[in-house]
Amino acid sequence: MKTKKARLITNLVTYGVLTALFILLTVMIDNKTISRSLKGQLIPICCWIVMAVSLNLVVGISGELSLGHAGFMSLGAFSGIVSSGWLLNGFGMEDPTLRLVLAIVVGGVVAGVMGALIGIPVLRLRGDYLAIVTLAFGEIIKNVMNCVYVAVDGSALRFGFLKNDLPGTLLLNGPMGAVKVKAISTFAAGFVLVIFTLAVVLNLTNSRSGRAIMAARDNRIAAEAMGINITKYKMMAFVTAAVLAGMAGALYGLSMATLVPTKFSFNESINVLVFVVLGGIGNIPGSVISAAALTILPERLRFLQNSRMLAYAVLLILAMLLSNNPLMKSLWKKLIPRRREARSGEGEMRS
Amino acid sequence: MEFLSYLVNGISLGSIYAIIALGYTMVYGIAKMLNFAHGDVIMVGAYIIFCAAQYWNLPPLLSLLLAMLVCTLLGITIEKLAYKPLRQATSLAVLITAIGMSYLLQNTALLIWGANPKVFPSLFDLGTISLFGGRLSVKGETLVTIAANIVIMVGLTLFTSRSRMGKAMRCVSEDRGAAELMGINVNTTISMTFAIGSALAAIAGLLLCSTYPVLQPTTGAMPGIKAFTAAVFGGIGSIPGAMLGGVLLGIIEILGKAYISTELGDAIVFAVLIIVLLVRPTGLLGKAVREKV
Repeated sequence: MKTKKARLITNLVTYGVLTALFILLTVMIDNKTISRSLKGQLIPICCWIVMAVSLNLVVGISGELSLGHAGFMSLGAFSGIVSSGWLLNGFGMEDPTLRLVLAIVVGGVVAGVMGALIGIPVLRLRGDYLAIVTLAFGEIIKNVMNCVYVAVDGSALRFGFLKNDLPGTLLLNGPMGAVKVKAISTFAAGFVLVIFTLAVVLNLTNSRSGRAIMAARDNRIAAEAMGINITKYKMMAFVTAAVLAGMAGALYGLSMATLVPTKFSFNESINVLVFVVLGGIGNIPGSVISAAALTILPERLRFLQNSRMLAYAVLLILAMLLSNNPLMKSLWKKLIPRRREARSGEGEMRS
Repeated sequence: MEFLSYLVNGISLGSIYAIIALGYTMVYGIAKMLNFAHGDVIMVGAYIIFCAAQYWNLPPLLSLLLAMLVCTLLGITIEKLAYKPLRQATSLAVLITAIGMSYLLQNTALLIWGANPKVFPSLFDLGTISLFGGRLSVKGETLVTIAANIVIMVGLTLFTSRSRMGKAMRCVSEDRGAAELMGINVNTTISMTFAIGSALAAIAGLLLCSTYPVLQPTTGAMPGIKAFTAAVFGGIGSIPGAMLGGVLLGIIEILGKAYISTELGDAIVFAVLIIVLLVRPTGLLGKAVREKV
């Protein structure tokens, strides 16, 4: 257990470093000293950081393996795109910042409502069964989004399912996804969203509710005996994560010109899980670092051309093997003697 | 008659899922891990058969045996290199390693065989069999798939209930520590499980690509996920459960696509899975484990 002061310092350092990085990158963009590829990745990096931190809330803090996190991102992305397009075409709202903020809020709300609906059945299950059901929901969301058509006709929003016979401007075109999206996301908005996410997750984990969530993770029966309502706190973590993922989705969707529903497949959920595991389960700053690093890494490996993803796979396996090697673990402990003993309750995961 | 023909196709697709699901469920039962690379072993097996039949002109049976041999070696190697060092690690670390292995196999296949889809040759052309005076026609491949499924099911049931190794497998999946104390070599048993699962994957690869003759590096991914779903559906860790889950899933998928909506086929499959798990939280034939306080 960390002391209050130590925790405060860690959190302040996290916020401080991120703010400094943001200022540095903004200056670099103004001076045009930043590489093109990195500049194009700044908004996606913010989105994946939010995704990783929110998934860490479910996997690390709440201790439930979720394999369908990209589904919430998908819901957020498409509802964000629809609301932004509706405001622009139906009401003539030109201001991009206001539209972006509203779209992110809508994305968060839609994903949160679905998160609550999905959470009620899902959280009754345990371990691998819970994981497979989240996977199933992720696939269902992807499949259903493939069949949804949305158009804005005057100031009315029209929905179609499986067939496209809608009047007006088409916003979502079934399997073609969202086309001709006006990209309105900005790096500044991404930064604000990252800070917002960190504030929500860090404050939640350090609160009474957060301690209840972790108690339910560490020992369900003991926590229940202490009068903690397990379902309520598991739901709290799950829905919060869904809302944040939806917000990240809206930001992501509005940074692209086109977006297809199959983008948010099982593979994306797995990618986010990789960020969480490599960053350290339950370690929030770790998730931020690994999400940023692993989003940039495949781009940096581009010189390997065709064997790029092969190299990524090998690095992934080696990272897992080395970090679980007893020899490496003892070496690590000697290097950093005051390293906290597995505070994340890793052993508790689906043991 | 239309319904009957959909049903036969469903059972055939389900048989393929069932054979893949066996690999998942046996490995899960013994090593308590979700082997996400299993779907890609199928893809490797299918490529080996493709090469053997197309380039080296081997007879179909020999190509299949070659693919089974390669897949078995591949399965054992993967287990020894990637999963064995992680026996004591958290299950999440093993899961990520399995996913890394899946990427590795897919991208290696991409480098060797390229991204262009290959058309899988028809290896056993049995023609079409007409029943009920031509009102119901069943493809030869469909019948072979169903027959193979039944043979494998009977064989595996006999193996696990009668042979020494099969009994050892059941022991290890029941209680690894106690099995070790009884003198069972746990490492050999786990290797053997991977070997059987991977050999079955090669057969599944042949059957899958005979039914859907398009072969590319991602061929194994979606059937892999579906079969994994089937294993959970029937109760993960249970061999009859994997069979039942696979066949039911195949029937639901084909009937759903035929009568409800082609686009929503996958969504229907997963929705049924969710409903079943809500009614029976450990799958159709899964054992409920009592929690000790």
